[in-house]
Amino acid sequence: MRVAIVQTKPAKGRYEENLRAAVEAFAQLRDRKPDLVVFPEGAFTGYFLEGAVYDLALPAERFAKDLTAAWHEACGDAEADIVSGFFENDDGTYYNSALYLNVHGRTCRIVHVHHKMFLPTYGVFDEERFLSRGRKLGVFDTRFAKTALLVCEDVWHTIVPTIAAIKGARLIVVPSASPGRGIDGDGELSSVTRWRDILRVIAAEHGIFIIYAGLTGFEGGKGMSGSSSVIDPGGKVLVEAPQDEACIVTADIDLREIDMARAGLPLLGDLDAALPDLLLDEELPLPRGFRDAADR
Amino acid sequence: MRNCRFREDSVTLPIVEAPRPSLDPPGIDPAVTADWLTAFLRDELVVRRNIPRAVVGLSGGVDSALTAFLCARALGPKNVYAIRMPYATSSAASLADAQLVVDALGIECRTVEITAAVDGYLQYEPDAGGRRRGNVMARVRMVVLFDQSAKCDALPIGTGNKTERMLGYFTWHADDTPPVNPIGDLFKTQVWALARYLGVPQALVDKAPTADLEAGQTDEGDLGITYARADAIIAQLLLGYSDAQLVARGFAPDEVALIRKRVEGTHWKRHLPTTALLTSTAINEFYLRPVDF
Repeated sequence: MRVAIVQTKPAKGRYEENLRAAVEAFAQLRDRKPDLVVFPEGAFTGYFLEGAVYDLALPAERFAKDLTAAWHEACGDAEADIVSGFFENDDGTYYNSALYLNVHGRTCRIVHVHHKMFLPTYGVFDEERFLSRGRKLGVFDTRFAKTALLVCEDVWHTIVPTIAAIKGARLIVVPSASPGRGIDGDGELSSVTRWRDILRVIAAEHGIFIIYAGLTGFEGGKGMSGSSSVIDPGGKVLVEAPQDEACIVTADIDLREIDMARAGLPLLGDLDAALPDLLLDEELPLPRGFRDAADR
Repeated sequence: MRNCRFREDSVTLPIVEAPRPSLDPPGIDPAVTADWLTAFLRDELVVRRNIPRAVVGLSGGVDSALTAFLCARALGPKNVYAIRMPYATSSAASLADAQLVVDALGIECRTVEITAAVDGYLQYEPDAGGRRRGNVMARVRMVVLFDQSAKCDALPIGTGNKTERMLGYFTWHADDTPPVNPIGDLFKTQVWALARYLGVPQALVDKAPTADLEAGQTDEGDLGITYARADAIIAQLLLGYSDAQLVARGFAPDEVALIRKRVEGTHWKRHLPTTALLTSTAINEFYLRPVDF
């Protein structure tokens, strides 16, 4: 499976201009024939939009149509799957969403839309002031593997990718926009180190591939830290982009390595076995009726 | 038998102690920081505004020197204009130190005396004390800096560091007015570290910082605390430590109180003017657009 991550530095708020940039990126990829192309969170608008999010949010169908047209313009009748973050207007409810799209020439099929579940609303972040929370963690079939989309902070709560893995995800795609911070680190921003640590631990614990697409460029003094990466089921970083450059990251991954990793370190199988005991712990703050239902 | 021998040989276990909380100011990775700020300046000036030229007011101090070095790194020395703005009482050493920066970078420099402009107003205010006079000088420098930026088709760059911003040790709507500031999230001690890394002339890094309004004046004398200690206390205060916790960690109670009072008394200086809210479309309250939109 050939993966390409388009680490974008979008023109703030200029959706059409960013679509044009996507056409150019697709054209660059034409000869490489990627199976999956991934864009970051806020890839076509920028991330910090405040009230302008209502001007820029789109129905998923419209965004899918625009991505398809861009792909077709650059790559003709070729087939590819495309993942991208976008701000979604779902009949007047606004989400920070990620779209998984299958494109074949002029036609497309929306395979899945994930609404970001954990909206950071602290410090420099203000998402929940403007957006609604997603309520469902979907794991879905693609041409390649059972997949989950998680957006940015979704992944920082390791229980979320854990549940995705239990539900069968073998590939987790993470569009993200992370303002780089922490200058007392050792050779890089400490937020970049933190991200890499989290992704490696998740990949290695569950034996999954992770594709991380990080936004780059500055937005009003806040520099998005890029560092898009592909991480294998052993927790090894196969490739990682620089922090502050727009670029395209590619990797060929072998999904059979998931089974090999899980054979060597069957932590996910162990968790499957122990999960009921963990969840039925009476001290856990679970929804009313959950244990009764389990008893039945 | 082996267990017995083990007991005989292992009378004392080594103790591995966690270090005490640090009383040092926060450190910095200067290479990472320099690269990040260089990218920031390029993005703000070249990509976002398409104004690839900067105007920096050089005071002879380390903050403006570092800012000029960063601008030269990001934009090229030919695109950085330095302005020296001495008043009659400014020290000759400050002018000379600013010249060291100009020579080191090979940037264009102009000297604009502000004495006539400042005295043109202050002649009507003979009773104005040092603070008022200093504020007038700072605001006249702001006027010159903005006008020179219009003349040169360049952007004025701010030079205020995080320590003076947190302590309110600056003139509101003067030092803080330029639209872009690369060093405003760096404590003074971090400014020194980054200046050393980038090769700012040693004389500027080593000398005692001063607002240069009176002979012998120093920032640390004005503030009543060293920058090293102020930065350490501010950094931990910003993390949420209470005064009692800071004292328990080993900081002097009077220094903690001094910093707390200055920080708590100057929140207004870190904001735009207060505007009465009357509608549900009030700017920056309901109508919210990011600065780069």
